[in-house]
Amino acid sequence: MGKLFSAKNKEVFSTPLSLNNPVTVQVLGICSALAVTSKLEPAIVMGLSVTIITAFSNVVISLIRKTIPNRIRIIVQLVVVAALVTIVSELLKAFAYDVSVQLSVYVGLIITNCILMGRLEAFAMANGPWESCLDGIGNGLGYAKILVIVAFFRELLGSGTLLGFNILNYDAVKNIGYVNNGLMLMPPMALIIVACLIWYQRAKNKDLQEK
Amino acid sequence: MKALRNYLDKIKPNFEEGGKYHALRSVFDGFETFLFVPNTTSKTGTHIHDAIDSKRIMSLVVIALIPALLFGMYNVGYQHYTHVGLEGSFIEMFVYGFLAVLPKIIVSYVVGLGIEFVVAQWKKEEIQEGFLVSGILIPMIVPVDCPLWMLAVATAFSVIFAKEVFGGTGMNIFNPALITRAFLFFAYPTKMSGDAVWVSGDSIFGLGKTVDGLTSATALGVASTATDATAYPPFSWDMVTGLIPGSIGETSVIAIAIGAVILLWSGVASWKTMLSVFVGGIVMGWIFNEFGPDTAMAKMPWYEHLCVGGFCFGAVFMATDPVTSSRTENGKFVYGFLIGAMAIIIRVLNPGYPEGMMLAILLMNIFAPLIDYIVVQNNISRREKRAMSNK
Repeated sequence: MGKLFSAKNKEVFSTPLSLNNPVTVQVLGICSALAVTSKLEPAIVMGLSVTIITAFSNVVISLIRKTIPNRIRIIVQLVVVAALVTIVSELLKAFAYDVSVQLSVYVGLIITNCILMGRLEAFAMANGPWESCLDGIGNGLGYAKILVIVAFFRELLGSGTLLGFNILNYDAVKNIGYVNNGLMLMPPMALIIVACLIWYQRAKNKDLQEK
Repeated sequence: MKALRNYLDKIKPNFEEGGKYHALRSVFDGFETFLFVPNTTSKTGTHIHDAIDSKRIMSLVVIALIPALLFGMYNVGYQHYTHVGLEGSFIEMFVYGFLAVLPKIIVSYVVGLGIEFVVAQWKKEEIQEGFLVSGILIPMIVPVDCPLWMLAVATAFSVIFAKEVFGGTGMNIFNPALITRAFLFFAYPTKMSGDAVWVSGDSIFGLGKTVDGLTSATALGVASTATDATAYPPFSWDMVTGLIPGSIGETSVIAIAIGAVILLWSGVASWKTMLSVFVGGIVMGWIFNEFGPDTAMAKMPWYEHLCVGGFCFGAVFMATDPVTSSRTENGKFVYGFLIGAMAIIIRVLNPGYPEGMMLAILLMNIFAPLIDYIVVQNNISRREKRAMSNK
């Protein structure tokens, strides 16, 4: 088992969470990050769905990578991703209908999420299934992490709730003049929060700054 | 003046590298250059020597804003006294309005300049003077009932995200004062629009009286909710003098006109931008009058469109902002015309926003560089053709 968690594999898993985060460093998957983060719950579900789909599609493509003809590899990758997306979408409809309604088309649109195709092309086509699995989970969680942070601020400041639980909407808070910030519920504010996260990360890690 | 200069020279060493107040270096520098034109010149590159620098320009704009601000204060008092049904003298009304507006000015300056000071100190640069104008503009374009903490949040947002991240004064794409207003408008719509925010219902230090649920719609508010095409408020001279509900500084056409004369006389604002905004508004207003849909907003006479809401204020003080407007001379005509036309289009065709001036100017701020680019390219190709044909 030592080989399974070698230093290299740990790195494969952990860099997408911070130093090579798909959202804040590679700036991929921004569209869905803006669309589903007005509430915390759909953001978590979306993050987990993407994690599961990236992990499984990475494994599947990695297993068949040597048999895929190079010319039609994008089509093969899309078929695998589409199948997985459909499964996740149906599962959500069956077991978490409310959330799937909130996420609406964005579950189906995971298929066009740049993170997925990027990982398949850049990693799964050239690495073994176990590394690919770790890479998929790492990138999915890196994406989910940013979604959750953005959704946390947007739901707390925009609706005064967290996961639907009331945090700020009490009479005592309202009487001192506090009003929820409606702009937080609009996509522009998600972009600004993502920008702040990128700003923070770059200020902390000098390696990420362009010369 | 001499004594002040001597005093500044005496305390100056304290603020230089190694002095005991070194942490306040940028603050000292800001005040010194505000009071006296600096006697240093740039060492490299092109240096144009002009008697007026950006601090002097900003001071002129602030002077031009003062008539509208003073009238705005009086109007705040006038609206309050009229709506709560009190008799009040001119002085009482003015003092009431002064006390209602002053905290907003203080909050706006403290928050905005505070951030500017911190950034200047942090980046080891001079304090940028741009906020001198923004700080007075911000309280003038909000309703009197806008809470102070909202103003503080919005000012901080706009100084950081509309100005500092772009590189500070002179580098911003959008007008910071309008970004403040846009932030308030979208974040806290209940405190920025509707009919409950335009007239203060509180008593201040015993002046006026507290009335709950005081409502009074602006002229544009009435027109946008009217069900009948003729139900727009009739044109009255109050719309010109400014004794109507509205954002603090925007109501009086006369006070704004005084500011416009100061700006044009001193050459700070471009007459081309200003004139073409009005032309754009007149043309578009007239088109809607003649061929527009059958709504009160479209049938409101074009001259009334120019007098109500923030049209004049935006045209004189916002559209002419030298940083965010077009810089080519021909571009200014296009830029101004489109602002005027867009403002009326948004008013008439978008039921969600009774006032379109803010959004029109912000929209055209984005397009100003494109307009400049086209004008410059046209000029290049025209001269190229001429050079070719002269061969």
